[in-house]
Amino acid sequence: CKHRSHISKYIFVVSWYMIFNLTELLLFHRQEIMKWNGWGYNDSKFIYNKNGQAEFTGKRYRLSGMIIPGLRDWMESTFGATVQHKTPATPVLNTSAVQPPTLNEAFVEGIKSTGIPFSHDPEDRVFRSHGHCLHEIFPLREGKVGRVPDMVVWPKCHNDVVKTVELACKHNVCLIPFGGGTSVSSALECPPEETRSIVSLDTSQMNRVLWIDEKNLTAHVEAGIIGQDLERLLNESGYCTGHEPDSMEFSSLGGWVATRASGMKKNIYGNIEDLVVHIKMVTPRGVIEKSCQGPRMSTGPDVHHFILGSEGTLGVVTEVTMKIRPVPEYQKYGSVVFPNFEQGVACLREVARQRCAPASIRLMDNEQFQFGHALKPQVSSIFTSFLDGLKKFYITKFKGFDPSRLCVATLLFEGDREKVLQHEKQVYDIAAKFGGLAAGEDNGQRGYMLTFVIAYLRDLGMDYFVIGESFETSVPWDRVLDICRNVKARIVQECKDRGVQFQPLSTCRVTQTYDAGACVYFYFAFNYRGLSDPLHVYAQVEHAAREEILANGGSLSHHHGVGKLRKEWMRETVSDVGLGMLKSVKDYVDPNNIFGNRNLL
Amino acid sequence: MASRAVYVHRDPMLKKRDDFEDILEERRHSSDLRYALKCYTPVLYKGLSPCRASELKSMVLQSDQLQYVINQVSKEMGRTAEEVQAEASTILDEMAHRLQISTVRFFAFTLSKIFKTLFRSICVNEEGIQRLQQAIHEHPVILLPSHRSYMDFLLMSYVLYTYDLSVPVIAAGMDFMGMKIVGEMLRMSGAFFIRRSFGGDKLYWAVFSEYVQIMVKSGFAPVEFFLEGTRSRTAKSLTPKLGLLNIVIDPFLKGEVFDISLVPVSISYERVLEEALYARELLGVPKPKESTSGLFKARKVLSEDYGSIHIYFGQPVSVRALAEGKVNRCQFNLTPRHIPRKPGEEIQSFVNDLAYRLVRSQEENMVLTPWVLLAFLLLQNQAVGNERGMSLDELTEQAAWVRDLSRQFGAFLHWPDQLPPSKVVSSSLSLHRGLVRISDGRVQLALEMPHSAMTSEEELLNRAVIILSCASYRNQALHLFIRPALLAVAIQAASSNKKQEVYNSFSFLWNMFSNEFILCPGAAVQDFEEACYLLVKSGALQISQQEILVSGRGHRTLAFLANILDPFLEGYQMVCRFLYEATEGLTEKQFVPAVRKFIIKHLLTGRLRYAEVLSSDLQKNALAALLRLGAVQKLKGCQGALKVNKVIVNSLEDTLGKKQAVSRSLNTHGLFLDLDKNSKLILVSVSQRRKAAHSEGSRRSTLIPTR
Repeated sequence: CKHRSHISKYIFVVSWYMIFNLTELLLFHRQEIMKWNGWGYNDSKFIYNKNGQAEFTGKRYRLSGMIIPGLRDWMESTFGATVQHKTPATPVLNTSAVQPPTLNEAFVEGIKSTGIPFSHDPEDRVFRSHGHCLHEIFPLREGKVGRVPDMVVWPKCHNDVVKTVELACKHNVCLIPFGGGTSVSSALECPPEETRSIVSLDTSQMNRVLWIDEKNLTAHVEAGIIGQDLERLLNESGYCTGHEPDSMEFSSLGGWVATRASGMKKNIYGNIEDLVVHIKMVTPRGVIEKSCQGPRMSTGPDVHHFILGSEGTLGVVTEVTMKIRPVPEYQKYGSVVFPNFEQGVACLREVARQRCAPASIRLMDNEQFQFGHALKPQVSSIFTSFLDGLKKFYITKFKGFDPSRLCVATLLFEGDREKVLQHEKQVYDIAAKFGGLAAGEDNGQRGYMLTFVIAYLRDLGMDYFVIGESFETSVPWDRVLDICRNVKARIVQECKDRGVQFQPLSTCRVTQTYDAGACVYFYFAFNYRGLSDPLHVYAQVEHAAREEILANGGSLSHHHGVGKLRKEWMRETVSDVGLGMLKSVKDYVDPNNIFGNRNLL
Repeated sequence: MASRAVYVHRDPMLKKRDDFEDILEERRHSSDLRYALKCYTPVLYKGLSPCRASELKSMVLQSDQLQYVINQVSKEMGRTAEEVQAEASTILDEMAHRLQISTVRFFAFTLSKIFKTLFRSICVNEEGIQRLQQAIHEHPVILLPSHRSYMDFLLMSYVLYTYDLSVPVIAAGMDFMGMKIVGEMLRMSGAFFIRRSFGGDKLYWAVFSEYVQIMVKSGFAPVEFFLEGTRSRTAKSLTPKLGLLNIVIDPFLKGEVFDISLVPVSISYERVLEEALYARELLGVPKPKESTSGLFKARKVLSEDYGSIHIYFGQPVSVRALAEGKVNRCQFNLTPRHIPRKPGEEIQSFVNDLAYRLVRSQEENMVLTPWVLLAFLLLQNQAVGNERGMSLDELTEQAAWVRDLSRQFGAFLHWPDQLPPSKVVSSSLSLHRGLVRISDGRVQLALEMPHSAMTSEEELLNRAVIILSCASYRNQALHLFIRPALLAVAIQAASSNKKQEVYNSFSFLWNMFSNEFILCPGAAVQDFEEACYLLVKSGALQISQQEILVSGRGHRTLAFLANILDPFLEGYQMVCRFLYEATEGLTEKQFVPAVRKFIIKHLLTGRLRYAEVLSSDLQKNALAALLRLGAVQKLKGCQGALKVNKVIVNSLEDTLGKKQAVSRSLNTHGLFLDLDKNSKLILVSVSQRRKAAHSEGSRRSTLIPTR
């Protein structure tokens, strides 16, 4: 029996995490394996193949190499995006478009003498000049480059960071920490008003697991480590952190701390603030850390909370002690179909009330359900397609669900086998009270897979006049339905008012449940054919959508952070006094604004 | 597709209005029975959660809102929650409609028969219907018809049924329920009944607001109510009541629906069924209690010709668009939304503003018939004491002149231009032969000749009935002329032609009359500019940077306009005089009968020109204005005893009477009337006033100018 559980652990590790290559990520020049003007790996993307069918290239994902027959029709019917109207991206970066670096010679000399690797190669600099907001990626696709860092440094350890920060203070250089580059809040954008030399501090070389403490179930890790590497290294010892944000293939531990990240399986493992036991951060004032690793302290306000969510404005997180857990013995996906979104939300609320949420529970609205359907890969046998037909018949005809209203919840259970099965039954029993029908493991698993490929899909859209993005909020339970309805409707109305010629995609899902509320994700995209300034229209609609979120009792952000994109709402979000508190911390820790990315405040 | 602006006042001439279609036309040519049994599949709200009328009740009783209040009431009153719940259920039973299509069909059949005998045509703007249909599909819809007659809501449902739209649920006064069978019939055709006053009753308020809101949120059917709260007996629009409007827009403010469409509907009657009834009521004959047998007695109306009805469905107004930037919806973020609380100042002023805009757009889409214009002329002629009336030619000439003026002001005038004006005039007169007398080619109001058998008081009241009836037609077009008329009087009253002086004088009148006419609070400057714009455009005024000059041909226009306000000026003056002379301890309840007696006395001595000042509506409005301005106060706990500030009332009377800006008697004492920070009238000395003017700069809109 022990043997079997070990095998299942092994299978789980291999099947769930993506295929990776450690040495690739050790590369300084990430652009050699990753897109410089799009999402993810160079070899993975959606294309229309010779037969005009959508296909996902590469070998990294479960979907890789597969034909997706429904996607093209979905693109055409949802956006009016046809293959005739193409807007391909500039394939190669024209380095002459990149401004020559403004170097602070004394700082460069200082770095040289420490032996810390650095570069002012245009490609390196451009790669670290942006996150993945639409307005950051879209110009890059057209070959347009704005202000980029003047130099990149790769400290290899905590002490390297100490030296770098000291030099930066000494020579008055602006430092912008860079982890995985997956920000969606304009946090990595170089402030155009910055006149000093801007140095991107790339933490990717600080990627070691320094120790694992099995007695206390903690691991001490360098903060530059990328999510998937961290999980893989811990898995080798039979452990995991369980922290799986959607960006975990590319985002870094330091980035999670700096933005208050949230993982898909937070119901079991907690969000980043629940997972960290100890943080070490280098600031212009010196190093901040606690003196012990006590699991909880009453020592005034928790200084970790100045660091968590500081978005690179106070310093660089270099090392973190995190809780770890044994890799779960058993994992099971699941899904439930509800007759409508209202019933689905009511079910999630009940699950949260009974505090029996599985590792992950997410509820997609009807549009996303249809989208997920369109991303179904080609079925291999007649038998499967027959079964699919039968299922559809059962749900829509026999159970009387309206295909244009029904919605799906995807589930992920983890733990020991017996408990998982018991837990599963409990959740399905609750679901049944709200008209929910179990809809199989496949649907659930595909739902989670979509999380990873959806970002790739935006690049396909942008090849055919479609731009879009996602944004999130957290909201009390009694507001969930209202906020979903109103924000979606606001997006549609704003698009119409601003002259968007095609019906936009405006959809949402509930991705996390809490005792007192939920996290809601919105996806929004439209065909911009006929618009002279699509980015501006996009920004206006997103702005309006955020206003709508706030007016409906939603938060400014659940886990993406504020960056520069949502800064304007900080004062009303935390009150004058709150903002003053944050400012005074910044003034004390970094009086010369060395960490000058101008996020948050 | 709701428009963002309720009305555009700058260019009334350019206002595009839809064409009308007569819906009775088809009824006269095809079977009413088939019509009543037709296939009826109205467009529904896209977010509709389908439920039956009976299910609404349990939704209301189980709602968080109501449960909260039930618990609160049960704690406060020391009663069990079950008892309070049972009471709530009883309230709801008394209130709820039981809309069912068979009753609607019954009404469709019966009303077809009745309408065909009563009216020549019922004209509806079909484009408005299409807009409404679209609006019903997209958002919860609130129908806001003007209220001039009992017919209004029957008509509304009839029209909506005819066009295959959802018949509305209608907020009706409880008094209807007294009419046994009819009350129940109305209930089954969608009426729900609310008590006229329930100020302090928390439970009633909670049941009522939750019932209405659930119907709004679920998109059950369009909700219909009358912004004016009651039928206007004078045909002037009434100051809007805000209670129900507050309730219906609440779901939007709380984010429970994306938007709400408010659709103002203007129903214009060529002849109102209740014409003479209203006049009697205004003169102090109490309103007959609604009863079924009363309705049968009223059937003699069936034999008369009531002309045409025009129903104009206005542009749907998006609450969302109007609230943008005015209401911060985040204010509901920090307390659970089901806990009732009073709307804050921001919301109150938004709702108030919204209500006025809606009433104004009702006014603007009222169709005016030639007779309305004739009423102006006949009343003015009567007031100058012209015993012989006007010759038909003279009347026709003047009518054509007023027609042109009103068109310049943007009137929605239904004047058949293809006919010669004399034809138009004589056919209008013949429809209203109860009110006019034509002899020897001369026209005048049909005032009875002195009769030996009647006392002079009876005689006076009989004349007043005719005059008030006629005034109710004139009033239909008052909204068109009111701003220029205020300006015309202001020009006469101002001590110079300086623009600032004229404005000060305008502002005084505007303040004084804002209970009488629909003048949006805080919009004095806007109204002044609108009046200037209209009068310059019509060629009556020339306005430079500093001065306002009357042009040569402007005198006729200004005289006509100033005349319009005369009866009101005289009436307000009389109310001031009465209050000045009133004895201590006068209560609000005694006010109307007492002031009536006082005015009758003065009328009989022949010192007053306008029998119209007998209108209790005018008297009540005047008192309301004086209360608002602080010239009169209501004492607490003395059964509504009124405390009159005699000095202010006296000086107001002088000011109104002389059409003079400043009362000389006061001026000699160095005292002025002014408004304090809470918009209350106060007396200030010259030196105080200078100081205040100095410190506050130009913020103050002066009530009465200095010289």
